[in-house]
Amino acid sequence: MNKTILILKHEFGHTIKRKSFIIMTLAFPVLALIAIGVFSLIQGMEKPPPPGEVVTIGYVDEIGNFSGYTEQPGEPPVTLIGYNTLEEATSALLAGEISEYFIIPSDYVSTGIVTRYTLERELEPPEEIQWAIKSFLLSNLLQGQTEPEVTERVKAPLGLLTIRLDETGEVATEQGGFGALIVPLAVGFLLIISIFSSSGSLLQGLGEEKENRVMEILLSSVSTRQLLAGKVVGLGAAGLVQVVIWLLSAVFLVRWVSTTIGGFPSIIQIPDNFLVLSIVYFILVYLFFAVLMAGIGAIGANARDSQQLSMLLIMPAWIPLWGLFFFLNNPDHIVNTILTMIPITAPLMVFVRLGTSGIPAWELALSISILIAGIIGGLVLVAKVFRTFLLMYGKRPRLGEIIRCLREA
Amino acid sequence: MPAVELNNICKSYNGNLVVNNVSFTVAQGEIFGLIGPNGAGKTTTIRMMMDITKPESGEISILGESLNEATKNMIGYLPEERGLYKKITVLGSLVYLASLKGIGNRAARCRAEELLKRVDMLPHQEKKIEELSRGMGQIIQFLATIIHDPQLLILDEPFAGLDPVNTKLLKEIILELRSQGKAIILSTHIMNEVEALCDRILMINKGRNVLHGELAEIKSRYRNNSVFLEFDGVLGEIEGVVGKKAHGDYVELFLDGETPPQKILGQLASQGVSVNRFEVSTPSLNEIFLQVVEKGQ
Repeated sequence: MNKTILILKHEFGHTIKRKSFIIMTLAFPVLALIAIGVFSLIQGMEKPPPPGEVVTIGYVDEIGNFSGYTEQPGEPPVTLIGYNTLEEATSALLAGEISEYFIIPSDYVSTGIVTRYTLERELEPPEEIQWAIKSFLLSNLLQGQTEPEVTERVKAPLGLLTIRLDETGEVATEQGGFGALIVPLAVGFLLIISIFSSSGSLLQGLGEEKENRVMEILLSSVSTRQLLAGKVVGLGAAGLVQVVIWLLSAVFLVRWVSTTIGGFPSIIQIPDNFLVLSIVYFILVYLFFAVLMAGIGAIGANARDSQQLSMLLIMPAWIPLWGLFFFLNNPDHIVNTILTMIPITAPLMVFVRLGTSGIPAWELALSISILIAGIIGGLVLVAKVFRTFLLMYGKRPRLGEIIRCLREA
Repeated sequence: MPAVELNNICKSYNGNLVVNNVSFTVAQGEIFGLIGPNGAGKTTTIRMMMDITKPESGEISILGESLNEATKNMIGYLPEERGLYKKITVLGSLVYLASLKGIGNRAARCRAEELLKRVDMLPHQEKKIEELSRGMGQIIQFLATIIHDPQLLILDEPFAGLDPVNTKLLKEIILELRSQGKAIILSTHIMNEVEALCDRILMINKGRNVLHGELAEIKSRYRNNSVFLEFDGVLGEIEGVVGKKAHGDYVELFLDGETPPQKILGQLASQGVSVNRFEVSTPSLNEIFLQVVEKGQ
């Protein structure tokens, strides 16, 4: 059998049998399932109040104009009872006749400030109570000045429904919003993790083989080209298996959630061509990082040294995440385009943009072309240092030596 | 057809010539000693034979073929710097390394079991390498070197770190392999091992051939031209002896270079001297090694 395939099989088999790989691969679908379970559990816990329950709250009107509309419909309905003094209201609260009360001060119309008193410790007033008080105040303020329908509209003047059209004027399949951002961002994030984990395994493997001197044995049986190709493709294939499992579980979970659970998870969308782009970017970005990591692995004195060097590559890849809010708020900024073109930042940036404003086809084509050029260029450079420094144990070559090696090779 | 043929090999690193015009051949069924001080260029020469690094000039052929991917399968290489995958089992390591030498899985497994049996390590076949003692690990590494039945073996310091029992076992296997017609290159600093095992040697110093030939011939070339004598009685005048030096219970007699030692022994007998020991002085390989290295400095 071809020796490259033997190394490939060895690396692939060895990687997918590793506990950390199996845990990592299953972690995403399992965690997503747990998250969905917790969400539906919480949703189930937020039960509507039993029918017939009415919340009674008190108020002290220092202006004297707020006497109508004391029955506020809602879930639950709220009944308002007026008190003449603060003391009366407090006594009623302590006696349990009302659950809370508020004071409409004499300067309310100019300040808009209402003070609420309650026995409960809470983060913020319950929404239905706020709504009932607001509705009560508005109805009384506008009484006799507008039609009842207008008063109702003033209470909720805007229900904004946005529909995105495509170039032909038809309703677009991708409607955008946070629902469209979630999956690309999560997958972009996981993609980077898988790429770093796979190319990191390559780096670690090379470092260990240098450290425990297996490298010398391997090179007495195979060429550096076969070793590099077998390792890169074998570890990449294992990473691809991981990514495909994640993608398929993402698609399955999104479909399942949108049809069975409803609520917020049901607005999650998967952009068009997302799966294809994910796989294309995984393969290309992995190859790019793997080639560079192989170079670092050859140069590094040992596994730890190589890992320290590799941080120079890993840190910039997270830039799109650090500046996420900037990129979300300025989807058309030139920086977004630049980071899409740089191979190191491209994967995360592409997925952030896929989830927000989308990416023009020419930018995608250029980004992919630059990645391919980066892989070829990286291979040419790395092939030169790989052979020379792979058997150099215990010390890292100086920059001058590497440059001389690149020139001479 | 020689197992190995190197002709005028040169290699430099960063402008320093580390192998300078080295040439030698190794015949099949021969144990060839490749010796030299640290940094002499032995490992670089070996790596060039393995096609791990390329020579700048010169030619290398293995069993009549110039170096290519196929020649790697004909060679078993035990590097000085040893190691195996720590997390893989003994059997797994042997089968994987054999497969990289072109042996099918089933054949590799059979051969691995056969070899493990030979060194009494069959019960350890499912153990991970990290669970073995250092010596056992070295034996496994040696088995990985011969599992594909190579025609040429290159052993770099094979006895380093081995206990006397394992050293003896390894020597026996090496001699067995020689009797099977394999060519063996032995690179070591332990000169008595070279003397005990090698037919011919090449000594490299500062990248150059400095000593090359049959061991017996080299030793005779470096002979001091003296004899050691342990005796009872009175030593009279002996023809052909130009000087004497006492070493405690024996005397070293320096010969004139023309008189053979047998003639000296004849004279001693005729003088009625009772000879307890009569030994032609030949320097050990270790002494020759030191002499050559010091001369080169």
